[in-house]
Amino acid sequence: MPDGRAIVSQAPGELLAADAGSEAVLVLETVPAQADTGARRGKGLGVTFWVCLVWVSLMILLAVLASVLPFKAPNAQDYSAVNVGPSLHHLLGTDDLGRDLLSRVIFGSRVSLVIGFAPIAIGLVIGGALGLLAGYRSGATDTVLNAVSFVILAFPALLAIMVIETFWKPVSLLKLTLMFAFVGAPQLFRVIRATTISFASREFVVAARATGAKTSRILLRELLPNILPAAVSFALIGVAIAIVLEGSLAFLGLSIGLPTSSLGNIINDGVNSNNLSLNPYIALWPSLYIFLLLTALNLMADRLRSYFDLREVKL
Amino acid sequence: MVRYVASRLFQLVFICFLISIFAFLLVHLLPGDPARTILGPNYTPASHALLMRQLGLNKGLLAQYGTWITNIFHGNLGSSFLTKQTVTNALSVAVPIDLELVIVSQVLALAVAIPMALVAAMRPNRSFDKVATTSTFGMLSLPTFVAGPLLVLVFAVTLHWVPATGFNRLSQGLGANLKSVILPSVALAIGSITVYYRLLRADLIATLQEDFVTMARSKGLSTRYILLRHVMRPSSFSLLAGAGISIGTLFTGAFVVEVLFQLPGIGFQLVQAIYADDYLVVQGMALVAAVAFVVVNFGVDFLLTVLDPRVRRA
Repeated sequence: MPDGRAIVSQAPGELLAADAGSEAVLVLETVPAQADTGARRGKGLGVTFWVCLVWVSLMILLAVLASVLPFKAPNAQDYSAVNVGPSLHHLLGTDDLGRDLLSRVIFGSRVSLVIGFAPIAIGLVIGGALGLLAGYRSGATDTVLNAVSFVILAFPALLAIMVIETFWKPVSLLKLTLMFAFVGAPQLFRVIRATTISFASREFVVAARATGAKTSRILLRELLPNILPAAVSFALIGVAIAIVLEGSLAFLGLSIGLPTSSLGNIINDGVNSNNLSLNPYIALWPSLYIFLLLTALNLMADRLRSYFDLREVKL
Repeated sequence: MVRYVASRLFQLVFICFLISIFAFLLVHLLPGDPARTILGPNYTPASHALLMRQLGLNKGLLAQYGTWITNIFHGNLGSSFLTKQTVTNALSVAVPIDLELVIVSQVLALAVAIPMALVAAMRPNRSFDKVATTSTFGMLSLPTFVAGPLLVLVFAVTLHWVPATGFNRLSQGLGANLKSVILPSVALAIGSITVYYRLLRADLIATLQEDFVTMARSKGLSTRYILLRHVMRPSSFSLLAGAGISIGTLFTGAFVVEVLFQLPGIGFQLVQAIYADDYLVVQGMALVAAVAFVVVNFGVDFLLTVLDPRVRRA
């Protein structure tokens, strides 16, 4: 087994994302050793991975450049074109107020993408640093950090966020990002800690220590490169989870308020007041967007896992 | 074993204590005078004084918590200043609906996932396995707020098989009741099917490589018999753990489903209270829901240790 390939063995279970949910979105899966890894090895990450990467990058690029590109204003109402189907003028059609659905979906994706990526990035930095430290140091540091992460994970995340929002008004992108990061960091901490533990006693780490390397060097140069694949693969799932959570909040009308629309809001619009029978496109387009985004993220995480042969990560 | 259970119980109590503190402090996130904000349009000096006394807001923080938690242990979870309904009352209406949703959706999910996993595991990487694994991977990307509207569009709006929204109690007849919960349950089950299928399939494949399976095969037992009598049981631990894990998913999903289908369960009522800024109802319901979540999680965990002694030693 070459050193770059991590086998993380602790307890039964591979990490997988279940669809949505709060903290309880990890699934343990024991994959038999012979399962499909051999075939995929040596072929690189595969076409699927790169297609998904391009797709997600394209979605991010569209969202970032939305105001520069020639999209119609997402909230501009046009009563001469209410509930029209897809046409050259409105590529995805319009909603019950004559707003262009393509630009609504693109602008709406901004909230989903920010809430998807920003908190996980924060969580990855904080949770990752602490996880490395706890996994390598063990002892009191580990015990305390571990206990804290358990306590945070015991709370139902969506409920907590909904309730805090009610009392801590107004809802803002910054507040949501912070709350999501607070929920996400302990998850990433646990994965990175478990991965670190499995490497901490390996020969190359012992050898580094024997040659008198400083702790910082061991953490950053020896351990970090080895745990990175697991961390990134899990972070991608984390992004998918965060997007689902934000979407659920927005669907319930509890994410960023109007006039900013996010994908969940638009789906909710499409479900309300007979819209579903009059014009199913309103709900369909944002649903399709979310489905494709989540599929791409899940597939990327899956490919990374099988490429780096990540198995049996303890939660 | 006793020591293990004791330490788990201690953890449970500790977490519940933290939840109570958290719920208690919520009111203090409100800007300005909390009592005034809570009362909103119902503000009168008399009701203000009453609420101040009820919440103990004129006392120190510690004494306030004391008053609040004592009330809760006496079954007083607070009441709405808008509708005058008590939280306990609202919960007694909501809880049966949530229970029914969870039970129906989980039965559905298991009824689909177990046979699928059995067939797939018998011949891994063959066509059925590939189709099933791919489709569950797709279901992974169908959150409830996407799957729900799609189901409504197909089965209620287009086919008119079931009503789109509303809830019929069991007292209105079993058929009417089932008709109103079937679509929400399917929407909820989608997430669970994926989890159960993947867990069970992987475990089954792993167990099928064990020596005792080869032994059974060499005795000439049929594959079906081996799967059902020898392999199913040792492969079902992850399934149970998965059930525990998917409680969180169910929780989130149930909120969305109840709002979408207008089922007056806990999620629906909580969201209504949030819309109306009915702070005390939100606080009371959140407390109950969070404690229920934690207790159920620990319950499943405990069941797992009883069934599979390996967990205890880990």
